[in-house]
Amino acid sequence: MNLTLKIWRQQDANTKGEMKTYEVSDISPDMSFLEMLDVLNEILSKKGEDPVHFDHDCREGICGMCSMVINGRPHGPKQAITTCQLHMRSFKDGDTILIEPWRATAFPVVKDLVVDRGAFDRIIQAGGYISVNTGGTPDANEIPIPKKVADEAFDSATCIGCGACVAACKNASAMLFVSAKVSQLALLPQGHVERKTRVEKMVAQMDEEGFGACTNTGACSAECPKEISLENIARLNREYVGARLSSENI
Amino acid sequence: MILDSKIPGGALEEKWEKHKFNIKLVNPANKRKYDIIVVGTGLAGASAAASLAELGYNIKAFCFQDSPRRAHSIAAQGGINAAKNYQNDGDSIFRLFYDTIKGGDYRSREANVHRLAEVSVNIIDQCVAQGVPFAREYGGLLDNRSFGGAQVSRTFYARGQTGQQLLLGAYSALSRQIANGKVEMHSRTEMLDLVMVDGKARGIVTRNLITGKIESHSAHAVILATGGYGNVFYLSTNAMGSNATAAWRAHKKGAFFANPCYTQIHPTCIPVSGDHQSKLTLMSESLRNDGRVWVPKEGRKGLTASEAVAIPEEERDYYLETKYPSFGNLVPRDVASRNAKYVCDEGRGVGATGLAVFLDFADAIKRDGKDVISAKYGNLFDMYKQITGDNPYEVPMMIYPAVHYTMGGLWVDYNLMTSIPGLYALGECNFSDHGANRLGASALMQGLADGYFVIPYTIGDYLAQTPYDKIPTDHEAFKAAEENVKSINRKLLSIKGEKTVDEFHKELGHVMWDYCGMSRNAEGLKKAKEEIKKIREEYWQNVKVIGANEELNMSLEKASRVADFLELGELMVDDALHRSESCGGHFREESQTEEGEAKRKDNEFSYVAAWEYKGTDNESELNKEALQFENVKLTQRSYK
Ligand SMILES: Cc1cc2nc3c(=O)[nH]c(=O)nc-3n(C[C@H](O)[C@H](O)[C@H](O)COP(=O)(O)OP(=O)(O)OC[C@H]3O[C@@H](n4cnc5c(N)ncnc54)[C@H](O)[C@@H]3O)c2cc1C
Ligand code: SF4
Ligand code: FES
Repeated sequence: MNLTLKIWRQQDANTKGEMKTYEVSDISPDMSFLEMLDVLNEILSKKGEDPVHFDHDCREGICGMCSMVINGRPHGPKQAITTCQLHMRSFKDGDTILIEPWRATAFPVVKDLVVDRGAFDRIIQAGGYISVNTGGTPDANEIPIPKKVADEAFDSATCIGCGACVAACKNASAMLFVSAKVSQLALLPQGHVERKTRVEKMVAQMDEEGFGACTNTGACSAECPKEISLENIARLNREYVGARLSSENI
Repeated sequence: MILDSKIPGGALEEKWEKHKFNIKLVNPANKRKYDIIVVGTGLAGASAAASLAELGYNIKAFCFQDSPRRAHSIAAQGGINAAKNYQNDGDSIFRLFYDTIKGGDYRSREANVHRLAEVSVNIIDQCVAQGVPFAREYGGLLDNRSFGGAQVSRTFYARGQTGQQLLLGAYSALSRQIANGKVEMHSRTEMLDLVMVDGKARGIVTRNLITGKIESHSAHAVILATGGYGNVFYLSTNAMGSNATAAWRAHKKGAFFANPCYTQIHPTCIPVSGDHQSKLTLMSESLRNDGRVWVPKEGRKGLTASEAVAIPEEERDYYLETKYPSFGNLVPRDVASRNAKYVCDEGRGVGATGLAVFLDFADAIKRDGKDVISAKYGNLFDMYKQITGDNPYEVPMMIYPAVHYTMGGLWVDYNLMTSIPGLYALGECNFSDHGANRLGASALMQGLADGYFVIPYTIGDYLAQTPYDKIPTDHEAFKAAEENVKSINRKLLSIKGEKTVDEFHKELGHVMWDYCGMSRNAEGLKKAKEEIKKIREEYWQNVKVIGANEELNMSLEKASRVADFLELGELMVDDALHRSESCGGHFREESQTEEGEAKRKDNEFSYVAAWEYKGTDNESELNKEALQFENVKLTQRSYK
């Protein structure tokens, strides 16, 4: 396949960026999208030009590192996969492909397609955990958890922290990400103790990071590679209201 | 040099308890006077950093990804072992110990492995308390499965994402300590040198991957939890960034590297589809529980999966079932891998490259129905279809072995301390527990055992004997290490040659795979050594690295990692050449039984090979740590 790529190039956080056009040829449909970019980068390197910088690591859809808006959609045209799982057989010979970074105030561009998602880490640090130290924990089978609850908690826990939900949202809201963690821990008996303070602290941190408000458009869940459901946002809202009614935390 | 493994005396079951009692403790109020550096935030590093911070030490943690949550541990699929015996099927600490020693083909330390089995039970308790959503049964208790041919069901799992869930648990504990101010987290920061003062590890030099700034960090002890080195082979199931740099640069400062040639080649990976291939994807080994491995009896090059469906039974060779009637498709990883190689070498491989065998679910679907198979493997089937375009419900999968795990690593004693005082190695980065072959679901167990339950005790013993004084980062040792790092980077950027870093890396990978892969012989290894030397020489004359140091520069990052792979690759070959026996994942063609199985030479090779660096142009020196077996009887593995 021969393709035209229009890619966001930006030297660093303080420089203005622009879309630049590149041509690549002989792309095999078996290549992954990132392998196609590897081909481009080898060509650029050979010519002595700076390769296109993008985040990636596992290349199997689990680390959450890869992050590109492809033809206007976070992680590209296919549902429920990450950029690294996208294969070139999803495109046609002669296509023009637009490639941009996540765009959100809370995710500043570092270089080209690389953004800073440190805000997500800080939200987890604000309360996305159960406060247990190592050692001295009860036997793992001491508290039975109904399978249905465990499965539901697992579904929420599969979030990979990629940030596509933020990139997909017109308000750049982080609600889906935050609600997934709040849900996982609220569902499990181990998480009940800190349930109220957790949701308050995480939401406060989310607001502080400059993420937008949630207006329930559902774009986040539609683009989420792990299909984190909107149920989580509903649960977060319930948890939050419940916490505010009774807590003096914040 | 005599290697002192510091294995405590006494009966096997009592060693760890006794040791914990005998080692020195740091008074709770004094812990805050000690700084500890933890490099790596995978299962081993994150669990260590969090646990040590909880105890009161000041931690500085480092990772090269943009967040500690993205360490390569996240990709582990299958599960984690623990001797809980919840299934009442005869498991015990001793059985897990025994299986691990035997699986490692009697090339690991009894005392370490027994401790691993002992603390395995605590790991599951810890993870559940953190909110790790393991799979459960309808009664609400934890579910287990049998994994990798084990005779008992001791594997805990969270669908096909066990590593992710365990890592997120450790990451949450780490995050809590970051919020508490006890851990200072440095993401997108790569360790490029170890700093030693008076023969002890006292700090590291790092590069800030965003700004390129070279910085020094001082501490009373340094822990490396930087993962494995499978990417020496270019293609592996490891993440793209997985590398050996931290361990290798510590090795060059005096940390011995043990058993570098022990690599695990996993039998069920998606085959290479062309030159563009950047990494290989593992398909969980659990697939072999229901899938049948076969190739056509007569070679048919280019055979596709859809054509395979029409091939009649009598023209198929289910070679594992015929050759190993009692274990069949469930033989251990090394045996399954090697046999796939043999049938492909015979010209009976399938697919466009001829380097693939079928893994067929047609019979399982006929027997159990599509729904049952889908419930077990649905996500794996989807993943396979996504990558290859083939639908495994209708046509057989194609698989081929790929480099997956490295059992070798930095030599450590029972306290997990390397041969450099004050430098520790945890997780895949050390060599300690898996001998010559690792059992499925045991790497996650080892990483968390090291981080949660071993290092928090053993490091105290060392620190209790270390003065509180801090060494300022303007000390000459830091300046010298910074200068060393800067000069390597300057050199790489100044060569401005013709070939890209990836081209060299691929060349190295081919040599390693061809001569130091699934099956090795003296002649090939000697040839590999010469070739690696040539590639390395050319590298330092002709590599092309774009850009400058003072920016986010992924070509420079890669270039410095590949420079280290080019040295480590040669050591792996040296080690493979000197060990003229076969054991576990290390198969020497010269040493096989009449039936073509791996043959150990216990009289000659029952030792750990710990290599000492003597300069890039000099041969490394071999130090041996003899292995003593007092609780198990050495037998030749047989899976017939
Ligand atoms: C696809 C796959 C599936 C697997 N499945 C299983 C399984 O089911 N069960 C099982 O038990 N095992 C499994 N394994 C093996 C297991 O996942 C790994 O051995 C284990 O997770 C390694 O953990 P670790 O903490 O030692 O290192 P890693 O998780 O690799 O972490 C390394 C850390 O070190 C950091 N780092 C590295 N170098 C530097 C540097 N120079 N400077 C700063 N930071 C650095 C990285 O940023 C990272 O944080 C699997 C492996 C693979 C590849
Ligand atoms: S909720 Fe989905 S899109 Fe958002 S960070 Fe998690 S996995 Fe990514
Ligand atoms: S590179 Fe890990 S999810 Fe894409």
